[in-house]
Amino acid sequence: MKRIILISAAMIFTSNLVHADVADEMLAKFQQQGIQANAQAGESLWNKTFTDHKTAQQRSCTSCHGNNLNHPGEHAKTGKAIKPMAPSVNSQRLTERKKINKWFKRNCKWTIGRECTDQEKADLLSFLSTL
Amino acid sequence: MKFSNTVLATTLISSFLMTGCAIGDEDEYRDKNRWGGSSLDVAPISNASYKEECGDCHMAYQPGFLPARSWEQIMVSLEDHFGENAELDSETQQQLTKYLTDNAAEHANYKRSNAMMKSLSYKDTPLRISETRYFIRKHDELPKRVVEDNPEVKSFSRCEVCHTEADMGSYNEHQVRIPGFGQWED
Repeated sequence: MKRIILISAAMIFTSNLVHADVADEMLAKFQQQGIQANAQAGESLWNKTFTDHKTAQQRSCTSCHGNNLNHPGEHAKTGKAIKPMAPSVNSQRLTERKKINKWFKRNCKWTIGRECTDQEKADLLSFLSTL
Repeated sequence: MKFSNTVLATTLISSFLMTGCAIGDEDEYRDKNRWGGSSLDVAPISNASYKEECGDCHMAYQPGFLPARSWEQIMVSLEDHFGENAELDSETQQQLTKYLTDNAAEHANYKRSNAMMKSLSYKDTPLRISETRYFIRKHDELPKRVVEDNPEVKSFSRCEVCHTEADMGSYNEHQVRIPGFGQWED
């Protein structure tokens, strides 16, 4: 019984450690593939406006996340509040690889009209980690 | 060893019993009515993954508001989800489809689910709850300025803005508070 508790405690502890470094780990992996992350490029991509070819709507990351990433955003269509993007304000941000990849896929397609390249993902991750 | 087996068995039995109570829709519904309290209109969400995956962008609508055929249709077209990209990985997509169809209106014995099913023809596969005849009938007294043109509401898709206990599955008229208009009863 005692052993089970110890093992579970150790598992919870290590999983927390792993979570804390998810963004760094992803960036390190990109680097191994020869991709140098550029936070500035990430910031300008974040603020860049794209035109949706179907609706002619102007879209950017800020459409939903707002202009101040320390503050909550608002879903452009549904109006639902989106928790702040800056990890310094919202410690849950960039802590789960699955979530990061899910939102990269959905949001790059919505905003840019295609999936982001690995270079773009690395740049965005590196920009957001500085916040 | 014997002790932990007993503990395990007790936990399993009690969680089974608790689940049994929680999903006893009909009884729960009747009991609440008998005591004069407010009854639930639709079964509350019982799937954490559904709440998270769908509830990040909009209210996680209770599966009991649409028939299974509607949920199936919605879940196979997430790439263009009313103009938004709402793609899920295939495992999550399958799990959530199962949750939605298992708990769809025809399988949930709740007031609104039954009313919704009654109002639909077998040919109807509504993709929006707000498009259904039942929904329209229930909201037809609301002028545009109260919902669509109200900057704090904007759309009928945002149940939770006016139905203050929507996330618990309660859509009672007495709990309606429309931002800028307050209590609303027709």
